Amino acid sequence: MANVTLTIDGIQITAPKGATVLEAAEQAGIFIPTFCHDPELSKPGACRICVVEVPGAPRLLASCVTEATEGMVVFSASPAVIESRKTNLELLLANHPTDCMTCNKSGDCRLQDYAYFYGVKQDAFEGEKHNYPIEGDNPFIERDMNKCILCGKCIRMCQEVQGNNVIDFAYRGFNAIVTPAIGVPYSDTEVSNCVFCGNCVSACPTGALSEKAMIGKGRRWDIKKVTTTCPYCGVGCQFDLNVKDGKVIGVTSMNGDVNGRALCVKGRFGYGFIHHPDRLTTPLIKKDGKLVEATWDEAISLVAEKLGATKKTYGPDAIGMLSSARVTNEENYLMQKLARAVIGTNNIDHCARL
Amino acid sequence: MTNSIEEIASADFILAAGTNTFDAHPIIGIKIKKAVANGAILAVADPRLTDSAKLAKYHLQLKSGTDIALFNGLANVIIAEGIYNKEFVEERTEDFEAFKETVAKYTPDYVSKITGVPADTIREVARGYATSKNSSILYTMGITQHTCGTHNVFSTTNLSMLCGHIGKESSGVNPLRGQNNVQGACDMGALPNVFSGYQGVTVEANCEKFAKAWHVDTVPNKPGLTVGEMVEQCGKKIKAMYILGENPVLSDPDANQVMHELKSLDFLVVQDIFLTETAQLADVVLPAGSFAEKDGTFSNTERRVQLVRKAIEPIGNSKPDWEIICLVSTAMGYPMSYASPENIMTEIALLTPAYGGISFARLDVCSLQWPCPTADHKGTRFLHAKTFSRGKGKFNAVEHIPPNEMPDAEYPMVLSTGRRRYHYHTGSMTQRTGALDVFYPTEYLEINCADAEKLGICDGDKVRVTSRRGNVEVAAQISERVTPGLVFTSFQYPAVPINKVTNAARDPISKIPEYKVCAVKVEKVG
Ligand code: SF4
Ligand code: SF4
Ligand code: SF4
Repeated sequence: MANVTLTIDGIQITAPKGATVLEAAEQAGIFIPTFCHDPELSKPGACRICVVEVPGAPRLLASCVTEATEGMVVFSASPAVIESRKTNLELLLANHPTDCMTCNKSGDCRLQDYAYFYGVKQDAFEGEKHNYPIEGDNPFIERDMNKCILCGKCIRMCQEVQGNNVIDFAYRGFNAIVTPAIGVPYSDTEVSNCVFCGNCVSACPTGALSEKAMIGKGRRWDIKKVTTTCPYCGVGCQFDLNVKDGKVIGVTSMNGDVNGRALCVKGRFGYGFIHHPDRLTTPLIKKDGKLVEATWDEAISLVAEKLGATKKTYGPDAIGMLSSARVTNEENYLMQKLARAVIGTNNIDHCARL
Repeated sequence: MTNSIEEIASADFILAAGTNTFDAHPIIGIKIKKAVANGAILAVADPRLTDSAKLAKYHLQLKSGTDIALFNGLANVIIAEGIYNKEFVEERTEDFEAFKETVAKYTPDYVSKITGVPADTIREVARGYATSKNSSILYTMGITQHTCGTHNVFSTTNLSMLCGHIGKESSGVNPLRGQNNVQGACDMGALPNVFSGYQGVTVEANCEKFAKAWHVDTVPNKPGLTVGEMVEQCGKKIKAMYILGENPVLSDPDANQVMHELKSLDFLVVQDIFLTETAQLADVVLPAGSFAEKDGTFSNTERRVQLVRKAIEPIGNSKPDWEIICLVSTAMGYPMSYASPENIMTEIALLTPAYGGISFARLDVCSLQWPCPTADHKGTRFLHAKTFSRGKGKFNAVEHIPPNEMPDAEYPMVLSTGRRRYHYHTGSMTQRTGALDVFYPTEYLEINCADAEKLGICDGDKVRVTSRRGNVEVAAQISERVTPGLVFTSFQYPAVPINKVTNAARDPISKIPEYKVCAVKVEKVG
């Protein structure tokens, strides 16, 4: 593939032809902020926080949609650029709630990060503020449109990745809002067509869209993320379990080999069973028709004794073993080893047929 | 799957049979939508008007249990019009003539009478499938959960071989696995006739190899019983059972019978994370760990082996399944001591050629699709590229056979069962999430408005569904998703144990029960 060479902030960069200025900068480790840009989605070039200065151009250019050309000279942080970004942020903050103290996204919010980085305070413009009600009538997603910066990433995620076309922009100017058709909530699934995959949430750069059950469960910087594989269907999506104080408090997207950031409702919101009070926490042994608590020693000895006795009296083929399509490969392997090497039977199967 | 999930998005023609993909495998549903957005043609064969059927250019709304007729019909058109892949059939397959003879009578008009699909639609889909560059067949339980399930699968493979749509990118036959690690359970030899890696137990050399590796004198060399046979033999040949992470009382057909059989055992041990309906019958219940509490691997439907990582400590006094199995084995006089699942994988890799190159260290960097025989092998995206595993691909000519139980005067309707988007398997996990169960708390029975009117049923009315085996009560939902004469529900709600009603008749080869068709009567309660 042909390459082009350009200079950003005095650094020479060779990038593949067709790459944008933003991509070339990222390749060289030069920071340019973005709101509406997402490498997986189409590029509206709308938010203009990513502007850069190219001498000779009539105005600042949005780096996410400007193609890098041979010999191009770019300034990513010139005074004009910084000034423009600051104004951009001031306008966004003018009608943004002063809520960082309690906002669940605090610590993982681009608006907050950039405001901090550029030293922009909230009171530059005394703007009219929105007062939308918070939408939380479903157990999965909470929508606080007061915190929406209209980047449109949720819209494109739903359209381009999920393919459900639930949401779009409505109205103009100050009244512009992201909403399902005719203003229904997500939960009116007949009209909205929403399937609560939460993929829009994974794209949102602010606290406008949140995993409802995670709210109040932990600050982002206190959460440990552990990448693992979904326990539900055979697609094998990967995601991060969010752990705080030894408890799983949520699931967030990472870049899985099969699924990218996309998940379905079960994978993203179906983790609650892990800490459910019904979880078995101790071995049980049936006595007088009732299951009563027992120690591991008692339970394991009884199992070994009974299986051993059955084998002795009736032969190994009098024992049947059912392994599981839910447990790991290693566990399935051990289960068939137990059947074949220890008990001495091939009566081993699992419920794949079901 | 012979292909990878990603490849679905670049198929030109997708024939999805008996798979409500958008609900059961949402992320694969995304790939299908992507393919359609890129201009692919989607044909969905399903008795129900599912969301994927709504998106499809062709919805082949066949009568339940007539898949073979449909697939034979497609093959008939393709052969009659001479648009099959002659080179592929010649070089890579055998028994074409017998197949050709069998499908000769499955003309579009004949098939239309059996399936209810218009003859012209059959012709158009046949042409589309045959002449597209990359055609892919996807199927799930809608194909396998019939007494003729194995034959259904043959009929899909026949079609793909006929057109040479197999063994290349985005072309193949792709069964979508329902549970997360069905593939892995099979790969690991949790089957009555094979060791890990599908190494047959009747092959002398395999037995010797495993006996030696496991330091035992012999291992049994005659195939054991399948799950269905074991349950049937409870109290007879089978005296004790060890059931891990399964809930056959809810998931098996004819649940009353299953419960009765399990009760007749001398000894039952169940290892699970919840006190499931099956665990309640046990003599000993062993508390296991969920996926969040252990390390290990799962193998997905495209043979991709991926890490499961421990995120939290065991809940209460529970232990991960692998530790429990080791304890039982050790107590039975065969010490098993693995420091971690990683060591178990080392042993698996040693004994299982397809997993030979797989290790936790490699998986920590990226997932691998088997076959991955050596430590420097990159894994395999699609199977059968040059040859089939058995050399030449064999056409298995199969005939349409009606389902085991057809509607009659007393039980005039067909009941089909399946899955819901918000729930999973028997619901023991999803019913306890505090989210999925809140949004979708109850089950209902889908019934067509024509039937509902005839039976005097309104939306939300409680109805009783009765078969020769039992009955359940459930709320009715009048729905255009089902055709007149068909009702549908899921097996995912303990409160609606629909498998008290379903038919335990099984496919004679795969032993999969016929969940997709049984004869019932529906009546309003009260
Ligand atoms: S949850 Fe999924 S379907 Fe619903 S709006 Fe978000 S992306 Fe679209
Ligand atoms: S809800 Fe979030 S992702 Fe959607 S437009 Fe607003 S800020 Fe962007
Ligand atoms: S997130 Fe959904 S689609 Fe992905 S593996 Fe889990 S259940 Fe399957």
